[in-house]
Amino acid sequence: MSALRAETAADQPSGGIEDAAAAAGVGIGVYALAWRRLRRNRVSMFFGVVFLLMVVLCLLAPVYSNDIAHIGPNTENVTGTITIGGKQVFIVSELGIPIGPTWNFSHFFLGADGNGRDVAVRALFGGRASLEIGLVAMLITIIFGTILGIIAGFYRGFADGLISRVMDVIWAYPAVLLGITLATVLNVRGLGPFHSTSLMSTALVVGFVYIPYIVRPVRAQVLSLREREFVDAARQQGLSNFRIMFSELLPNLSSTIVVFIPLMLANAIILEAALSYLGAGVQPPNSTWGTMIQAGLNTFPAAIHTVAVPGIMLVLTVMSVNIFGDGLRDALDPRSKVKV
Amino acid sequence: MGRFVIRRLITMALMIIAISLVTFLLFIVALPSGNPASLLAGRLATPAEIHLISLRYGFDKPLWIQYVKTMLNIFGGKAYSYTNGFNVLSEIRHGLPATLSLALGAGFFWLFASIALGTLAAVRSGKYTDRVLTVLSMIGVSMPPFLIGAFAIYFLGYKLGIIPLTGFVSFTSSFTQWWWHMIAPWITLSILFIGFYSRVLRSTILDTMSEDYVRTARAKGLSERQVLFRHILRTSLLPIVSLWGLDLAQVIGGGAILTETVYNLHGVGQLAAQAIGDFDIITLMCIVMLTALAVVVMGALIDILYAVLDPRIRL
Repeated sequence: MSALRAETAADQPSGGIEDAAAAAGVGIGVYALAWRRLRRNRVSMFFGVVFLLMVVLCLLAPVYSNDIAHIGPNTENVTGTITIGGKQVFIVSELGIPIGPTWNFSHFFLGADGNGRDVAVRALFGGRASLEIGLVAMLITIIFGTILGIIAGFYRGFADGLISRVMDVIWAYPAVLLGITLATVLNVRGLGPFHSTSLMSTALVVGFVYIPYIVRPVRAQVLSLREREFVDAARQQGLSNFRIMFSELLPNLSSTIVVFIPLMLANAIILEAALSYLGAGVQPPNSTWGTMIQAGLNTFPAAIHTVAVPGIMLVLTVMSVNIFGDGLRDALDPRSKVKV
Repeated sequence: MGRFVIRRLITMALMIIAISLVTFLLFIVALPSGNPASLLAGRLATPAEIHLISLRYGFDKPLWIQYVKTMLNIFGGKAYSYTNGFNVLSEIRHGLPATLSLALGAGFFWLFASIALGTLAAVRSGKYTDRVLTVLSMIGVSMPPFLIGAFAIYFLGYKLGIIPLTGFVSFTSSFTQWWWHMIAPWITLSILFIGFYSRVLRSTILDTMSEDYVRTARAKGLSERQVLFRHILRTSLLPIVSLWGLDLAQVIGGGAILTETVYNLHGVGQLAAQAIGDFDIITLMCIVMLTALAVVVMGALIDILYAVLDPRIRL
C-alpha cells in the first residue's frame, strides 16, 4: 500500500516514450516500441507467461473438476475413505486432520481440507474467483480513478479541491482497515446487487479503496497536459470540454494508465485475500484463495497443504503480475531507468 | 514560517473533523436497520424494548447530536462496546504495548534494511546485483504478511522450533522472551515495506545523481563515497523518511492487522480483527478512526518538519 503512495507521490509526467519513438525512426508507434523493449526483457516476459498460464489453469477449473477429479469444489466428504496403495485411508482422520497430497490426479491430487473437500479443485475455482475479483476491482479503480483525475486536473478550482480533499480523506485510512470497514458495511446492509453472497461486493470495496492511488498521478499529468498546444488547438476548433478531456487528453494519459493496470491487479488480488483472511471479504459458500487460506489455518500446522496450495498459487500469480508490470513500466517509461 | 504552520494545522483540524464524520456515518449506515439499539437489544427483542434502548442511549436523537455525543464519548474514554460491553479505549490501551513493540522494532528494521538495499541497487544500477534486488523486491511486495507468517510459524516454529509459535510477552516481564517472540513478526511485517522502500529509494537516488550539485561535488574532487553519503543520500532520504512516518503511524494505529492476527500478538490490529467477527461496530469504528487520525497528524508533523528543513516548501 505504501509503495503506491510513493509511486504516486513521485509521479513525473512521462513523455520520454514519444521522444524515443520519434528517435527510433518514422512509422514506429509508442506501443510498438514499448513492445520491442518489453520483448527483450526476458524475466518480465517469462513471468508474463506464468501469469497467463495461471489464468488458463484457473479457467479450466470446471474441466478438471468434472472430467478428471470428478468432484465439485464444495463437495464435502468428512467420513469417507479412499484407497491409497491398497490401503483404506480416511479422507479426514478422527482427529480432524485431512489427508495430504496423493499426487494422483483422479482423487485428492493436492489433498483434502478440513471438510473433506478436494484442495486442488477448490484452489482452481478459488483462483478463478480471486482473479475475477481482482479484474473487476482493477477496472473500477482504473476507470473511476482516471475519470476523477481528469476532471480534477482539467477543471481545477472547486472540482479539483473537492475531489482532492475527498481523496485525502480516503487516503488517510490504511487500505486494509478501510477495506474491512466498507466490506462489513456491505455485508451487513447490502447495496443493490452488492450483498454478502456476491463476489462483486468485495470487488467493489477493493476497487474503491485504491481509487486515490490513480487519481493523483492522473491529475498531476492532466495539470501539465492541459497547458500544451494541442489542447489550445482543440479549444480553438470549438471542441467541448468533454471532447477535450476524453478524446484529446485521455489518449495522452494511456501509457501512465497502462502502467498502473498490472500494479492495481496485483494489489487488488492481495487486498481481496487479506479481507477474506480476516473474514470480511468473500463469504461462504464462495471461495477464493483468501478464504481457503483462512479456512486452512484451522487445520494448521498439522495439514500445511491447506494453506500452502492456495498460498503458493496466490504468491505466484501476484508475483508474476508485479514482475511483468515492472518490465512494462520500464518499457513504457525508459527515462525512469536510464538515468544513471 | 508561522503562517505555514498555522495553515497546515488548520488543514489538519479540518481533516480530523472530516474523517471523524465519515467514519461515524459509515458505521451508522452499517448498523442493521440503521439503529444501534436493535444490535444492543439482541435478536429476540420486542420493538418496545428496542425503543426503550434507543431512548436510553439517545439513538432517537438527530444524527448530528449522536455524532457529537459519540465523539465526546470516544475522546473522553467512555465509549463502550455494544456487543461485548468493554471500554473500548482501555481495550486499545491493553493492545498498545504489543502494537508499539511491533511497530517500532519493525519500523527501524525496514527503514535501515531498505536504505542499505536501495542504495546498493542504485549504485549498481543496471548490473546483476540491481536486477536480482529488483526481482527480490517484487517477490517481497507480492507476499501477504499472513502467508509469510503462516509459513514462518510452520517451518521455523513448528518444524525447527527456533521461534515460538505465537503470542506476545511484554517487554517488562522478560526482555529476552519479548525479543524472541517479536523477531518473526518484525521481519514478516518488514518484508513488504523493504520491497517498496528500496524501490522508491533506488529511483530517487538515480534521479538525484543527475543533479547539478552532485556534478559539482564530483568536480571539486570528493571521493565517490563522500559524494554518495554527504550529497546524494542526504537529499534522497527525505521522501523515504516521510513515507516512513506515515506508515509507522498506520502500523501503530492497528494497520498491521494481518501480522498481528497471524502471530496472535493481541495488539490493536487484532482487536479490530476480532471486532469484525463480532460485528463490534464501536470498537472497529474507534480503531479505524484513531488510525486515520494518527496518519493525518503524522502527515502534518512531517510537512512542518520539511518546512523547517527546506525553506523552499514554505512558499
